[in-house]
Amino acid sequence: MSFKTVERKPLTFAERTYVPQIVNGLMTTFKKMVKPNETLEYPEARPPIPEGYRGVPTLVKDPNGREKCVSCQLCEFVCPPKAIRIKPGEIDPTSDSAHVEKAPEAFDIDMLRCIYCGLCQEVCPEEAIWLQNVFSLSGYTREEMVNDKDKLYELGGTLPDKHFKWDQKKAAEDRGNAAH
Amino acid sequence: MIQPAKPDLVTVFIDGKEIAVPKGTNVIEAARMVGTDVPHYCYHPKLTVAGNCRMCLIELGMPMADRATREPIMDPETGKQKINWIPRPQIGCGTTVVPGMHVKTQSPMVKECREGVMEFLLINHPLDCPICDQAGECKLQEQATGYGRGYSRFIEQKNVKPKRTQLGPRVTLDDERCVLCSRCIRFCQEVAKDDVLGFVDRGSYSTLTCYPGKELTNNYSLNTVDICPVGALTSTDFRFKMRVWFLKQSNSICTESSVGANTVVWSREGVIYRITPRQNDEVNDTWMADSGRILYKEVQSGNRLKPTSDLKTSVAAAGSLLQDGAVAVVGSGRSSVEEQFLTAKLAKQLGATSYIVARHGEEDGLLISKDRNPNTRGALVTGLISDLPATELSDLSADIDAGKVTTILSVGEDLTAAGLSAEQLAKVTLVYLGSHANATSAAAKVIIPTLTVFEKSGSFINQQFRLQKFASTIPGLAGAADDRVVLDQLLADVGGASAGSDLPSVWAELSAQIPAFANTAYANIPATGLLLDSSNWSGLDFPEGESLHFKPAAAEATA
Amino acid sequence: MIDLYLNLPVWVQATIKGLIAIGVLIPVAGACSMAERKVSAWIQGRPGPNRAIVPWVAWIPFVGKALQRLGVFHLMADGAKFVFKEDVVPGHVNKFYYYVAPLVALIPALCTIVVVPFGAYIDATTETLKPLILADVDVGILAVFAIGSLSVYALILAGWASNSKYPFLGGVRASAQLISYELSMTLSVIPVFLWVNAPGGNGTLSLFDVVESQSQAGFLGGMWFIFLMPMCAFIFLVALFAETNRQPFDMPESESDLVGGFHTEYGEFKWSLFFVAEYVHMTIGSGVFVLLFLGGWNPLPWIPLEMVISSMPMWLGALVGVGCFLGKTFFFIFFFMWVRWTLPRFRYDQVMKLGWQKLLPLAIANVIFYALAIAMIELS
Repeated sequence: MSFKTVERKPLTFAERTYVPQIVNGLMTTFKKMVKPNETLEYPEARPPIPEGYRGVPTLVKDPNGREKCVSCQLCEFVCPPKAIRIKPGEIDPTSDSAHVEKAPEAFDIDMLRCIYCGLCQEVCPEEAIWLQNVFSLSGYTREEMVNDKDKLYELGGTLPDKHFKWDQKKAAEDRGNAAH
Repeated sequence: MIQPAKPDLVTVFIDGKEIAVPKGTNVIEAARMVGTDVPHYCYHPKLTVAGNCRMCLIELGMPMADRATREPIMDPETGKQKINWIPRPQIGCGTTVVPGMHVKTQSPMVKECREGVMEFLLINHPLDCPICDQAGECKLQEQATGYGRGYSRFIEQKNVKPKRTQLGPRVTLDDERCVLCSRCIRFCQEVAKDDVLGFVDRGSYSTLTCYPGKELTNNYSLNTVDICPVGALTSTDFRFKMRVWFLKQSNSICTESSVGANTVVWSREGVIYRITPRQNDEVNDTWMADSGRILYKEVQSGNRLKPTSDLKTSVAAAGSLLQDGAVAVVGSGRSSVEEQFLTAKLAKQLGATSYIVARHGEEDGLLISKDRNPNTRGALVTGLISDLPATELSDLSADIDAGKVTTILSVGEDLTAAGLSAEQLAKVTLVYLGSHANATSAAAKVIIPTLTVFEKSGSFINQQFRLQKFASTIPGLAGAADDRVVLDQLLADVGGASAGSDLPSVWAELSAQIPAFANTAYANIPATGLLLDSSNWSGLDFPEGESLHFKPAAAEATA
Repeated sequence: MIDLYLNLPVWVQATIKGLIAIGVLIPVAGACSMAERKVSAWIQGRPGPNRAIVPWVAWIPFVGKALQRLGVFHLMADGAKFVFKEDVVPGHVNKFYYYVAPLVALIPALCTIVVVPFGAYIDATTETLKPLILADVDVGILAVFAIGSLSVYALILAGWASNSKYPFLGGVRASAQLISYELSMTLSVIPVFLWVNAPGGNGTLSLFDVVESQSQAGFLGGMWFIFLMPMCAFIFLVALFAETNRQPFDMPESESDLVGGFHTEYGEFKWSLFFVAEYVHMTIGSGVFVLLFLGGWNPLPWIPLEMVISSMPMWLGALVGVGCFLGKTFFFIFFFMWVRWTLPRFRYDQVMKLGWQKLLPLAIANVIFYALAIAMIELS
């Protein structure tokens, strides 16, 4: 072990009485007292939610109103607390988005289990699950705390889509191989 | 200079590792033996070599020798014989080993070849992974990760091909995903002998399709789904049901017939989603019949018997019924060896005659035999029966009519299907152990619900007298008891000596009492099964004809 | 009205006075607790309690909202809570003393108010200034010290009766601390009375006389004692903090190391009695400090109350006096809270060291200095 002796200046008499320091401290606290509040009065005033905030996970639709989730179940797989439960299903062949083939029949996120880690959003290949800015969530029963598919879409709303992957796919299908 | 270690072995060098492999082995298999993976799509060990995917390209070289003198040419730097590397890559699947062959599977050229092949394969492959059922067990995904370039340079329009084509009643084809490996075509030609699939069109437009006016209807069509390296062929039954990475795999045995195809049961949280074949080169290679793959549906079927009272009460009620009156025991060829053994013990304790019911169906010469009981031979080996069973219980029928039998214990057998009439059943007191409701359970005084084959463990003896074990894949129906436990408790209730119903205890008794099982324990049965000595039963005329890896004893004797 | 009151028997008058004292002090203690919460909040940069509201008050424009923001109704809600909470008595305590301790805490605290004057008025008949006081006894400050120091028994009793280790430690600390600082406190006021009791005059310990001697004419006569004897005031103030168990001297409670000290095992109404007692102590301590060193009800140094109110009606003069006194007292109560959020709690050994090794010698030296100084002034 090596020691390093720290040089400390000896205290002056005034310092040893503490009185100037106490007066100084009293000044500081008084200044704090007359300053405006640092806190927000929460339910009425809400903090600004920063970009990339990880709130309650939600499901989103693309600007055309198509549900983006194709129930690949990667989020269910990656979810560390196993909060996500998906029942995959086939899209009705007569529907507009029949070319997507697959959509969730049921999609439950147990918010009592969710740890808001955002891995589901990160893993989603369709950018369908987003942790948005809802941060307060409550319910009277355990069942209420399980967000089902309808609730998830209600919370999620619509997000802009840069790719329109499936619309392009449908256009290509309609066009066929004629362009080649 | 290089001498084969044995006459039928060939010594080759794979990435510098020396290994002796059987003659006729190709490079992919030889590399597998040294633990090196040579990626491939079209090659399948049980099918002929097509060599059209080009994924298994490797570098090949032979030791140099002077043409005139046949003297080896030595490398002065290393002091070893010089290797004459072929300048262009070769396919591993189509190259059979020859003595002294040198193979490079990791060289820069091989790597580049693989990257190139992967890039070509992915050019027209759709971005379907999120909705593709093959995701997770897809060779294209695995090998794109393992050997691919990692990015695409293709900016043009992808090819459009038909999606969601119904090739047959059980197989759906997505042509866009197809990598044209032709495994399915070769399977239909070579194994199923139902040559309906083929490619049409050329180049990028090549498309897998059925012969016009035909469908992929044969009973082995789902094997094409299993061997499809990508998600082109999907099972209509399993389609969009569950991602494979959630599924737990358990080894089981197909109960469809006495072939005893080895299977893997895929389940998640107590629900079975699919059954696929498990490779056993002595029994079913890597195939199984479509009809065996839907047997799991019996687990969730609506007519499962549900418990009405606790096991103790039902066993006591059954025991008291069995103890008075003349009893006959109808065991089952669908019960496991252990259950048949316990049934035989119970019958002996009750002084009852024991029967099993034979079930015969059409055999297809491949993986479905005529005997549709998976365990007829188990009943013979465990002494439940001494002669081949008949499809009709005419002896028992006569005994009921004569009043010689007043109580019947049926272990999962529907007696009306075995030729007994409803009036006859009404005349006797019935005790029924089984998993599903039927006419017999409706007529039974006491019903004890038991488990299906997917919910319990045990073993079967197939037509080859091969003892094969199966493991429970999902938890049993709540309240239903394992057949072994029920039989053991019944035995104890009627005054027999119970030696425990767990597998080790039953097998301790089995190995002590049954000569064929001497020195055998359940845990020691290999995954590929244990061939038993069948000489005691060679005189019996078993109904099975020839099938894959099986020749009837009579035919063998004449051959 | 006043005649009617004066015609009542003395004991009835005393009871009425006592009830008024209690009726004023306990709400003041409550208001102090509210103020404590609000001041704490403001110093910490937050609004503090501001939610509770009684429906029909909420309908009053502006005032209702202002009262709500001030958190007045939280005080009521908390008071009601303390009264209506289930009275839990831990199984292991000494029941009798456990119940007695809060009473022992509250009663002396309320008693001290009897000898503390809280204002003055000009008696119409004699034209002289008379104190507003419940009992104008000569012993004055001595009575305050005598009764006030009884509160240490409450802490010891509570700590001991709780029959568990943290309260016990708290009680032990309380006894040592209060006794230690009482010495310095008493010594610190001796110079004041040396000054007040000039040789030849009538000896007095009355607090009224102390204020009177700060209301004389002339530079020295009108000077508040805090300017005349700053060291006395300082020692008294420090000792006062220790005596009232306020931060940084709240060793008997010190929730971080003693989980709440002597009142760990107390809850609901009994606990609130301790609470009220502490605030009453604080109020009276502040009052005594104001009387001793800050000129009592005199509005400003060198401007005695008599000068201001001589032309006013009696009741108004009395109100102005009480107002001045209470204003200063409330400032001191605020000062207590202000110090609370400025200074961290001392370690117990530091408290002892400060009390015995610093404050006590200082107080003794102070007494000697002022004794000599006053003697010099008187002799000259």
